[in-house]
Amino acid sequence: MSAPLIRVDHLRCGYGERIVLDEVSFEVSAGEVLALLGGSGCGKSTLMKHMIGLYEPMAGSVEIGGDDLASASGDLRERILRRFGVMYQSGALFGSMSVLDNVRLPLESFSDLDAAAIELVARLKLRLVGLEDFAGFLPSELSGGMQKRAAIARAMALDPAILFLDEPSAGLDPVTSAGLDALIRRLAQSQGMTIVVVTHELTSINAIADRAVMLDREAKGIIAIGTPAELARNEDIRVQRFFLREADTP
Amino acid sequence: MDNAATLAPSPADSGTDYTLSGELDLAAASQLWPQARLLPDTTRIDARGVNRCDGAGAALLFDLARRGVHISGLDPALQHLIDALEPDKPLAGALPPSKQPLITRLGQWAQEWIADLTEQITFIGAASSALAGLVRRPRDLRWRDFLTQCELTGANALPIVALISFLIGVILSFQSALPLRQFGAEIFVANLLGLSLIREMGPLITAILLAGRTGAAFAAEIGTMKVNEEINALVTFGFDPIRFLVLPRLLAGLLMAPLLTVCAEVIGLAAGALVLEGFGIPFRTFVHQVTSFTDLHDLLGGLFKAAIFGLEVAAIGCLRGLSTGAGASAVGSSTTRAVVQTLVILVVTDGVLAVIYYQLGI
Ligand SMILES: Nc1ncnc2c1ncn2[C@@H]1O[C@H](COP(=O)(O)OP(=O)(O)OP(=O)(O)O)[C@@H](O)[C@H]1O
Ligand SMILES: [Mg+2]
Repeated sequence: MSAPLIRVDHLRCGYGERIVLDEVSFEVSAGEVLALLGGSGCGKSTLMKHMIGLYEPMAGSVEIGGDDLASASGDLRERILRRFGVMYQSGALFGSMSVLDNVRLPLESFSDLDAAAIELVARLKLRLVGLEDFAGFLPSELSGGMQKRAAIARAMALDPAILFLDEPSAGLDPVTSAGLDALIRRLAQSQGMTIVVVTHELTSINAIADRAVMLDREAKGIIAIGTPAELARNEDIRVQRFFLREADTP
Repeated sequence: MDNAATLAPSPADSGTDYTLSGELDLAAASQLWPQARLLPDTTRIDARGVNRCDGAGAALLFDLARRGVHISGLDPALQHLIDALEPDKPLAGALPPSKQPLITRLGQWAQEWIADLTEQITFIGAASSALAGLVRRPRDLRWRDFLTQCELTGANALPIVALISFLIGVILSFQSALPLRQFGAEIFVANLLGLSLIREMGPLITAILLAGRTGAAFAAEIGTMKVNEEINALVTFGFDPIRFLVLPRLLAGLLMAPLLTVCAEVIGLAAGALVLEGFGIPFRTFVHQVTSFTDLHDLLGGLFKAAIFGLEVAAIGCLRGLSTGAGASAVGSSTTRAVVQTLVILVVTDGVLAVIYYQLGI
């Protein structure tokens, strides 16, 4: 594979004094789909927010295409951030705008497309996530799963080089969820998008991920990394439990 | 971009009209789109040279394909991207116009106004009956919340109330002392200041500050709870939101407004005394002048007014919070409406009370 697009190097992150993850190191190649796995509260969202430069690391670094994210400023930082598309766990749609306007906003601000083309591109993004008929709705008028899908459409609006998705399929039915998996797969394969996705769905992991990183709350770091098949064969009891869907208390 | 897509006429004998080649990404698509729009619907495009295509590029090809433009030779992986967009299915129609005709908007406005009024009256009824119920069963009040609200509404508002009333005291006394000095009548500044602060300005300043500070906070806090479905969660648990959220705030407003008013009056008068000291009127004379010219009725009338104001500030803040719609912008509009409606109600109440006091001879 080509040179790593994202490099997380001995990253330590947390909130205030509290360390959530420590000594986290891994790389993501261009065009790869990487899944972040782990139990609830183990720091998946935290890691993702550090990878997009929302928080500064306590130690270690995150590099995007060879540039250190934390020390980048001004133009460089803007150029790096412009390559990201992000879907937050809560959706984080702009509540005062219609779904279509949410998708249209980044296109209007950061592309040279004319109004008619922007409208078409935005509507097609909504078609891809199955929300074409809800373009005029406000986010508060959508169901939880629909808000998630609208947020994915917004994250894809500018065809970012790297797409970060925090639990895109949580709260979705198996059919819609499989549709999203196909979409993610297609973005990576046909468009060469690099995708980092937080997910709990075993079927999703197998369907979309080239590699997966497994985090653990007690270990405060990575306990396993590899292809989904490698992880499924992993000897570690904590990894086994995840793949066998076992509770950690008998 | 090193290899941005281009659209050029094909060689004469190729069987197609145009050749599309290169990387068809967002930047290239925005360049090519105007040109592509001008192509006739019967154009045949050779797309063998397209080696990369992103969502915007696919949208451009979609735009061509739905018009019947024939695109051939596209790489299967890229063709897959276009097919996923289903170019044969027409796009959903345009959004309905958001601007209604004037008469419709007028009707909607009147309807909202009536609904608002009904809502306020219903709320006043529910809140009063809850307040009355409290007299019979004081244990119904969540005392801890009440004390917290007293601190937030009362103690924490003290600095800003002190600052503004000091300012008003200084301005009123200084501006009136200047012209009165020409008649050697500076001493009457004390009467003017005492009477206006105690009867009108003290309660009003306090209430206006409370409306901006506390009423807005109530509306925003309860409104956010509404948006986050916390109010629904309360109801599901069997809690009455009026008793749980509104009562502690109402009582805090009722009690803290008069207390703050007393502070505002004392500080405003002290500021006046300070100014008059500069005009050569000793502190004792000032106090004597104020106390002989105002009586207990003035003070109690003012404090009663302040209590009513405090109740209104809290009630409207809570009501607007509870009737918040959905979404973050709804919280903003609730907060704005809470402050504006409170100010209007304050003016109306002040007028009504002035008439009543006049009739009672207070
Ligand atoms: N804003 C915050 N301030 C302080 N601590 C936080 C904050 N956000 C998360 N945490 C803490 O960081 C830890 C990891 O949280 P995180 O949201 O990253 O978990 P997660 O792996 O995404 O879980 P889930 O699968 O439930 O979304 C948790 O213990 C949480 O208490
Ligand atoms: Mg999370």
